[in-house]
Amino acid sequence: MSENIVKLDYPYKREEIRALKVGDTVLITGKMFTGRDAVHKYIHDGNPVPVDLNNQIIYHCGPVVVENSDGSYEIKAAGPTTSIREEPYEWEVMRDHGIVGVIGKGGMGAKTLAACQEYGCVYFHAIGGAAQVLAEKIKSVDNVYLKEIVGSPEAIWEMSVVEFPVVVTMDSHGNSLHDEVLKHSQEVFADLIK
Amino acid sequence: MAIKKKKMAKKVVKKKVTKKKVAKKVTKKKVAKKVTKKKVAKKVTKKKVAKKVTKKKVAKKVTKKKVVVKKGQTPAEYDKVLFKTILEVVRKTSTEMPDDVQKVILKALATEAKATTAEYAMDIIAKNIEIARTKSQPICQDTGTLIFNIYHPVGFNQGKFSKIVKKAVVKATEMGYLRQNSVDTLTGENKGMNIGLGHPVMNFHEHNKKGLDVKLILKGGGSENMSIQYSLPNVPLNAGRDLDGVRKVILDGLVKAQGKGCGPGILGICIGSDRGEGYHHAKEQFLRTMDDISPVKELAALEKDIVESANKLGIGPMGFGGKTTLLGCKICVMNRLPASYFVSISYMCWASRRQGAAVKADGSIGKWLY
Repeated sequence: MSENIVKLDYPYKREEIRALKVGDTVLITGKMFTGRDAVHKYIHDGNPVPVDLNNQIIYHCGPVVVENSDGSYEIKAAGPTTSIREEPYEWEVMRDHGIVGVIGKGGMGAKTLAACQEYGCVYFHAIGGAAQVLAEKIKSVDNVYLKEIVGSPEAIWEMSVVEFPVVVTMDSHGNSLHDEVLKHSQEVFADLIK
Repeated sequence: MAIKKKKMAKKVVKKKVTKKKVAKKVTKKKVAKKVTKKKVAKKVTKKKVAKKVTKKKVAKKVTKKKVVVKKGQTPAEYDKVLFKTILEVVRKTSTEMPDDVQKVILKALATEAKATTAEYAMDIIAKNIEIARTKSQPICQDTGTLIFNIYHPVGFNQGKFSKIVKKAVVKATEMGYLRQNSVDTLTGENKGMNIGLGHPVMNFHEHNKKGLDVKLILKGGGSENMSIQYSLPNVPLNAGRDLDGVRKVILDGLVKAQGKGCGPGILGICIGSDRGEGYHHAKEQFLRTMDDISPVKELAALEKDIVESANKLGIGPMGFGGKTTLLGCKICVMNRLPASYFVSISYMCWASRRQGAAVKADGSIGKWLY
């Protein structure tokens, strides 16, 4: 963890994204859109995206949402889901829709890392399972898209967050914490089973 | 054609044989049924008579028939109380971390080096557990597969119980204790109720006690995806059919999982059995408390060794790197076929949500089992 906690505020700027490095702890304040398996496949299949994702952040998350009697929504729990499932699609979203960041858990692969470098994007790791800490940072649910088509957990939820805590584990300079940890653990493993 | 005809002929013969067998069985059954019918008939008449006399007597009769129903309570009243009990079991499991798991998590937090991302992750996890409990909201948004283990006396009505469980699961979903998590695999449709083909999972166990125990595990999808099954021998790992080979594949499974299953995790493992039952028994290990040690000496040693070795891998919380990769490891053994030697490894995330209730005779909660 870097000594300083970096604050990233909306509207997100490409140069601020480029300045982020693996290991930075970041507090995000502003907008984010949830999008997970069904949404990524939907975009990949060539369907029209119902929101402008340019300079936005996608959050790999399927929240627990309760619809109030007045039609408003309440997020009950909202931690990250495993990102690697979007590995076949995420680089395309970076290329075609101009997102600046992805939030998820578990990290992503070589295609995404290369796209981060090429298009100026980062992978933010949220704490898996920390659904309550993260839900508390969501100040409002501003809109929902594709809910009727893909169901509530898979829908695109447009949310405003304040100081949403994440760690940069893949930056826009080709560095991945996941690659480093994997390499190290494989070396230890080889020793352990000798 | 000739060959086919022969085959057909054989089949016919076989069928005849089966028919004969069936016929025999049927006769036996018929006799049995007749006897039962007579008994039933007698009972029915008694009941009818009882109903005509007074309501109180009916209640008494029910008590005699089913041990679980309390005196003076109608079956409908019992069902209502049981529904509330199951709903509370679901709520508590989803929102309150069992004390033994929380203790291990806090210990891991204290172990991680200061001002590291590993400590940062463990700190957020510890805070998350507290908020979930205070707000009575899900610890994790992936409220997982609901796996009920029900321990019931002889003569228990499983069908009726299952219906009440399903009703309680629908209600818990409406109340936000569970995410709308059950998807039609072919159409992708999510009816938003958490019930459907195979959901929730209910494993019934008959025991020689009067009471009813209901235990629940919530098994998240992210961790489930990191579960893995090995067939020994495994050539790439040079893992043979012994405990050293078992150790090698377990550690390999952990390296493969890295941070993807929301580590630091807990492993439930079954050595032996077949592929299906192997995973089933592996998951059963999550019913054991964190301080529980296998009664089998060799397995107890392996459980300890796996945790110690795993925590040398440096994968750490969330795969950020760090000291805690594994919180616990529980291993069981089952017989196998000469041809097979499976090691079934079920990965559980840090949010190991498990709870259980001993249900009283009136359907209410007697005590919590964890």
